Amino acid sequence: MDFLQPTSWADALAVCAERPDAVAIAGGTDVMVDLNFDRRRPGALLDLGRVADLREWTAEDGWVRLGAGVPYARIIDDLGAELPGLAMASRTVGSPQIRIRGTVGGNLGSASPAGDAHPPLLAAGAVVEVASAARGARRIPVAEFYTGVKRNALAPDELIAAVLVPTAAGPQQFCKVGTRNAMVIAVSAFACALHPDRRAVGTGIGSAAPTPRRAPEAEEFLAGELESAGLWDSRGALPETLARAFGERVAAAASPIDDVRGSAAYRRHSLSVMARRAATWAWSDLRKAA
Amino acid sequence: MRITTTVNGTEHEVDDVWPGESLLYVLRERMGLPGSKNACEQGECGSCTVYLDGEPVCSCLVAAGQAVGREVITVEGLATEGQLHPLQQAFVECGAVQCGFCTPGLLVAAHDLLARVPGPSELEIREALAGNLCRCTGYEKILDAVRLAADRQAQA
Amino acid sequence: MSTDTGTRITATTTAGRVGDSPLRPDGTLKVTGEFAYASDLWHDDMVWGVTLRSPHPHARIRGIDITEALTVAGVTAVLTADDVPGENAFGLEHADQPVLAAEFVRYEGEPVALVAADHPETARRAAQRIRVDYEVLPAVTDPRRAMDDDAPAVHRPGNLVRHLPLRRGNPAARAPVVVSLDFEVGMQDQAFLGPESGLAVPAEDGGVDLYVATQWLHVDQRQICLALGMPPEKVRLHLAGVGGAFGGREDLSVHVHACLLALRTGRPVKMSYGREESFFGHVHRHPAWMTYEFGAERDGSLVYARARTVLDGGAYASSTAAVVGNAGTLGLGPYRIPNVTVDAYGVFTNNPPCGAMRGFGCVQTAFAYEALMDELAAAVGLDPVEIRLLNGMREGDTNITGQVVDSAAPVAELLQIVRDMPMPPPADTSDIRACPGAVCNTTHGEGVVRGVGYSVTYKNVGFSEGFDDFSTARVRLEMAGGEAVATVHTAAAEVGQGLITVQQQICRTELGVERVVVHPTNTAVGSSGSTSASRQTYVTGGAVKAACEAVRAVVLARAALFLERPAAELGLDGEKIVGASGEVLTGLAEVLGDDAVEETVEYRHRPTHAVDPETGQGAAHVQFAFSAHRAVVDVDVELGLVKVIALDTAQDVGKAINPDAVVGQIHGGSAQGMGLALMEEIVVTDGHVRNPSFTDYLIPTILDMPSMQVKVLEYADPHAPYGVRGVGEPPTISSGPAVAAAIRAATGKPLRRVPIRPEHITGT
Repeated sequence: MDFLQPTSWADALAVCAERPDAVAIAGGTDVMVDLNFDRRRPGALLDLGRVADLREWTAEDGWVRLGAGVPYARIIDDLGAELPGLAMASRTVGSPQIRIRGTVGGNLGSASPAGDAHPPLLAAGAVVEVASAARGARRIPVAEFYTGVKRNALAPDELIAAVLVPTAAGPQQFCKVGTRNAMVIAVSAFACALHPDRRAVGTGIGSAAPTPRRAPEAEEFLAGELESAGLWDSRGALPETLARAFGERVAAAASPIDDVRGSAAYRRHSLSVMARRAATWAWSDLRKAA
Repeated sequence: MRITTTVNGTEHEVDDVWPGESLLYVLRERMGLPGSKNACEQGECGSCTVYLDGEPVCSCLVAAGQAVGREVITVEGLATEGQLHPLQQAFVECGAVQCGFCTPGLLVAAHDLLARVPGPSELEIREALAGNLCRCTGYEKILDAVRLAADRQAQA
Repeated sequence: MSTDTGTRITATTTAGRVGDSPLRPDGTLKVTGEFAYASDLWHDDMVWGVTLRSPHPHARIRGIDITEALTVAGVTAVLTADDVPGENAFGLEHADQPVLAAEFVRYEGEPVALVAADHPETARRAAQRIRVDYEVLPAVTDPRRAMDDDAPAVHRPGNLVRHLPLRRGNPAARAPVVVSLDFEVGMQDQAFLGPESGLAVPAEDGGVDLYVATQWLHVDQRQICLALGMPPEKVRLHLAGVGGAFGGREDLSVHVHACLLALRTGRPVKMSYGREESFFGHVHRHPAWMTYEFGAERDGSLVYARARTVLDGGAYASSTAAVVGNAGTLGLGPYRIPNVTVDAYGVFTNNPPCGAMRGFGCVQTAFAYEALMDELAAAVGLDPVEIRLLNGMREGDTNITGQVVDSAAPVAELLQIVRDMPMPPPADTSDIRACPGAVCNTTHGEGVVRGVGYSVTYKNVGFSEGFDDFSTARVRLEMAGGEAVATVHTAAAEVGQGLITVQQQICRTELGVERVVVHPTNTAVGSSGSTSASRQTYVTGGAVKAACEAVRAVVLARAALFLERPAAELGLDGEKIVGASGEVLTGLAEVLGDDAVEETVEYRHRPTHAVDPETGQGAAHVQFAFSAHRAVVDVDVELGLVKVIALDTAQDVGKAINPDAVVGQIHGGSAQGMGLALMEEIVVTDGHVRNPSFTDYLIPTILDMPSMQVKVLEYADPHAPYGVRGVGEPPTISSGPAVAAAIRAATGKPLRRVPIRPEHITGT
């Protein structure tokens, strides 16, 4: 096994193209588990830890450009105002030690349906920027990035450069069910984002389908009901029946399975509860901001 | 491959490292520093916690090559000039050590907490140490030890 | 203090003796990372051993081809069953398990072959190249079907390990109030943090020295000798640092395997399991299926109890028979019940082997009888504490095997203590870390209901049913560098509980010496028995105390000659020989000179007795230890998520030799019982383990644990040294049922299975 350690993004892309047998590693919180447990033996490790660009984030034009190598701990510390949903999700990842090393780029690269970053990225309407030496950069809306169970839209010679996340225009929430109070993989997860500027609602469902996914009908339903009740303008109270109906529609958008962590029926049920509560909290935050 | 890393203030150079080895393996099996522990090797227990460039990480999840040129501090580096760090002293005094397998990782994680938050609340301590499993103590005396060390450092 | 030898001691210093809480002597090494656990051992020239395991729960081995594995560069040996020189069999109660599978594999993970190589990675690659030709066979995976006539046989002649019937009083007793339930307890794992490890070093005499983390050196030695075909003088065991045990190290793991590879290669061999392999490498707690019925008068006093318990022993016998013994004889709880019908079964299946885990058969049954006591309370209009006060045992009562509980049985007092402890305040929901789900942000208080639950249980301490249990201690007293030094040498495994500290404290108390050296633990001294059954402080403590008394008697006999006074008038206080009023008469240095006084004593407690095979009646146990818990939980009833807010307890420990260590054991045991109630289960489907990792076998983190108020009672057992009662297991038994009861109180759901999953609470 070779160890390849480029020090620039251009070098990283070149190596990635030359070595299709290389596995990219940044924080190592997924890749090293496979190595330690003898599940993967790639021909090479492509260490992205010395590519400084990947660890930077910038704010421009209402977007945050989050380098693929920014660890969760920094998202929590630095981006709580700009990306509240992602910051809340980051706080639930693994353990403090994991959060110092783990990255959104890694979460996207692994594309596990249980990844904690995915629901808030979907709810916010993020865009993933990937690049190859041969074709340069391209952007993929995050909802199109997940192509199957632990599969993503990356071509074999591409690496993830950054994820572009709209700066929050309104309140965001993230909830995750686990059978322990810390250091737990999601049994189910839900994120929502209110976009009062567009009078839209964003959602993201985790661990309840082959891929992370939005609940588009639930989004349209809630946005529409808020519109027809004049609530976007009045910022009046969110009726409990509306929150409940939203929750049911979110649950209906899931395609969960039974596995060792939970049953499909429970996953659906928990999504309806989380969505109801998250919408209620987000709407309440919106009212307070007014 | 060759690994050159500063560990506990001393530069170590090791040859013939297989690139798939973790920093934990290199510390334990090649550098003669078995203080960091291997209870799970998947980042789910914290027993391998070390400082990497000043931040506490699971060394089982750091590839050996990623530690090249970096500064590592392990449990073996917490005491200075033969004097136990106040946290180490507090762990012994409070009975926070039973089998002790979790202790090295906990000491590094707690050391980091007290460096950032000198007077942590109970919930702050619990959240900061939630990545370190202990099977023997039920954590109660570990909390006592962290609070005792925090008090002593505040008075020093 | 009077002693068997009639001599006297006079204490002049108070530090570090019985009743104090001196610091553990290995504490500094553990906090500096210098303490050598078995997985830290290193030897020049060592090679690594790796185990190939069966992927099938049940299969016949048609052949094993190792030729390709042998060609891997760096491999120094590949071994199979044919390479076992002695008996290819081991086991704690029956030698029914092969060292390496020969004709059959009977559980997923059973060892089939061994590889030694210069790097663990090389050894693993070579193991993957061993070709095993399996013929997969039908597996028995439902223990309730294992005793059916048409069940495939795991072993000949059948799948029953033990049936313990218990009959007392009137089998046809009736009562006006009857409650019953079925209860299921899932398979818990000890989940000790230190992985199985050992280092075997071949010796010049053709034998081997094995450094290993374990719970009973001598029982390991006996089994290794049988497998290697060697006498004990050639198989020397040394205790390496143990990273927790909780019953999971009573059976062999790396022991014979490492010795075989060492003897074959002529090189030291290190074997160390990773966490995943560890889940396959040791026995687990027996899962249990129980049907219980209580009949009572209208005031709630128990008239009869019936219980049927099936324990899934998995593929090999391990200590299943003894676990069945406990589940039967102690399985109705610390209550007075005149008429009793109990049938406890342990069966073979092709599921993972089960054996000892802290609590040993009492944990599972406690969930059933404590849930049923709450049912009875509701049926007669009493609260959970009142029903237990009414029916609780007292000193002098007879238990369900007809044994008199002949020392304190403070059931009522323990319950009253926990009932009266201050309750925690309501949760501060402004910090989500205080809510169920914590930072996962599932509730800000919505749906949260608080519940309180109680449990009181008891456990036997020590080995039972006539087992000849003993411990051996060698104590040596001499002057060194002008100071009196005692050395204590036992084979008793320190696994974290603080036994080495207790040994020092006893020596200081009995001999008056300040400096006590704990000799390395090995088989050069006689057996100390198992570090299990909460017995070591009692039995090895008793041996150390007796050895000290013997040393003291010899010293004072010499002093008597030296001083020309009767020994009965003299006392030993460290470096001083004192008279009747404590006056110093001479120094130990004068009496001993350069001589050392050394005594080795074997200590036994009073005998226990087998129970009648038809009625289960007999004085089966050495000692009983009682504990009670009160649990307070907050439950998000819509999501089924639980946060334990308080887990308070009271326990009678007889005499707290080291009060701080006693409390530490109570904290830890409470956490393990809570873990079983809430989250811990090895999930087995069709004989396959679905969750062999810490990702999905969850044990409590510091954010799951509540604060714990602990009250320790000290009602001496007059038969035990210093009056001690075993401490380690009782908290693991009363904690889980209290948590389950609290969740029932919060949700109104019957909850007849642990661990309780969110689905059980939400009903989805």
